[in-house]
Amino acid sequence: MTIYQTIGGILILIGAVFLFLGGLGIYRMPDIYNRLQAGTKATTLGAMSLILGVGVVKMEDDWTWMVKMAIIVIFIAFSNPISSHALARAMYHRKKYPYIKDNKEGMDAYRKVMEKEEERKKKK
Amino acid sequence: MVTIFYITIVLIALGMIFAIIRFIKGPTAGDRTVALDTMTTLMVALLVLLSAVFDRIIYVDVALIYGVLGFIGVIVVARYLEGAL
Amino acid sequence: MKSLTIGEKISRFLINWFFLTIVWIAFTTTFATQELLTGIFVTALISFFTIPLFTCCTLKILAPKRVFYMLYYLIVFTRELIKSNLDVARRVLTPSLPINPGIVEFKSNLKTDYSKMVLANSITLTPGTLSIDIIGDTFYIHWIDVKTTDPEKAYTEIAETFEKILLKIFD
Repeated sequence: MTIYQTIGGILILIGAVFLFLGGLGIYRMPDIYNRLQAGTKATTLGAMSLILGVGVVKMEDDWTWMVKMAIIVIFIAFSNPISSHALARAMYHRKKYPYIKDNKEGMDAYRKVMEKEEERKKKK
Repeated sequence: MVTIFYITIVLIALGMIFAIIRFIKGPTAGDRTVALDTMTTLMVALLVLLSAVFDRIIYVDVALIYGVLGFIGVIVVARYLEGAL
Repeated sequence: MKSLTIGEKISRFLINWFFLTIVWIAFTTTFATQELLTGIFVTALISFFTIPLFTCCTLKILAPKRVFYMLYYLIVFTRELIKSNLDVARRVLTPSLPINPGIVEFKSNLKTDYSKMVLANSITLTPGTLSIDIIGDTFYIHWIDVKTTDPEKAYTEIAETFEKILLKIFD
């Protein structure tokens, strides 16, 4: 094994572990917002690390691999948070309120904004 | 190197199985879309890994296009659920 | 949308052209003459027609000080990303699921839409937070382990490190 293969292999394994944890997080968390948290973070770092690892392994023979991998990594880093943000906002607008432990008051700052908007819509 | 590829593929497949269980079980449409989003990212990583296994740089473009289309799909579903479409 | 002066338009066109050309070279991964000529022509056409849409930045962004802060931001961001992933891994693997979720709000000092977008994306990828909505200056954040519901304390806890650097890059 050359040095490129060692570093790349370690990066690939770290990425694989985080991708697995992302899937497990989606399965275990109690409501949609927590699922989004686990899914987005773990799969973003997992995919970035795995793709960079592949780039490092292949860089020994051909530098064009690394450039293409860099494009995919930048794209994933931008697109994953945006899609999770769009989903979270859509689900709140459909009145799927987040899971809150023991139903404490004042833990949901967004709800009053939503209620105001509802009233404004009713007046129209 | 081949061993590392095998371990990685098994781990990704396990994560994919959990996401599919959530996709089938998910009580609301939102949960299913979250599972779909995760599966897209897992699939992009898997396609890049396969292009390294087969040693063909042209397969990387497939992963990129898959990522773009999955992203657009999730955004469209989210806008639809919000009631904006 | 406010109308742009001619100077702003040219500056925006040039910066979009520059970035799109870099992306073209990265896609084709070659420096052959015919590829480069096609790329320069096509990217010029695209950036001419999208002047009102790509509102990210003007030529000011290439000043050395701003580029230095961008690299610094990248380092800070990578550190936070790794920390957040270890955090998620710990929460997912603990059998009792140690979470205490809720939604908090805070006010931000950023002016432009683009910098707000970058801040919201960074918040989504940092430990335990997920941005839900931005209305004006107010950010609404879903927090997996709520420590405080006070907006100012939440601001120091979540956004301060990023915002200081972003103010230097974009304003």
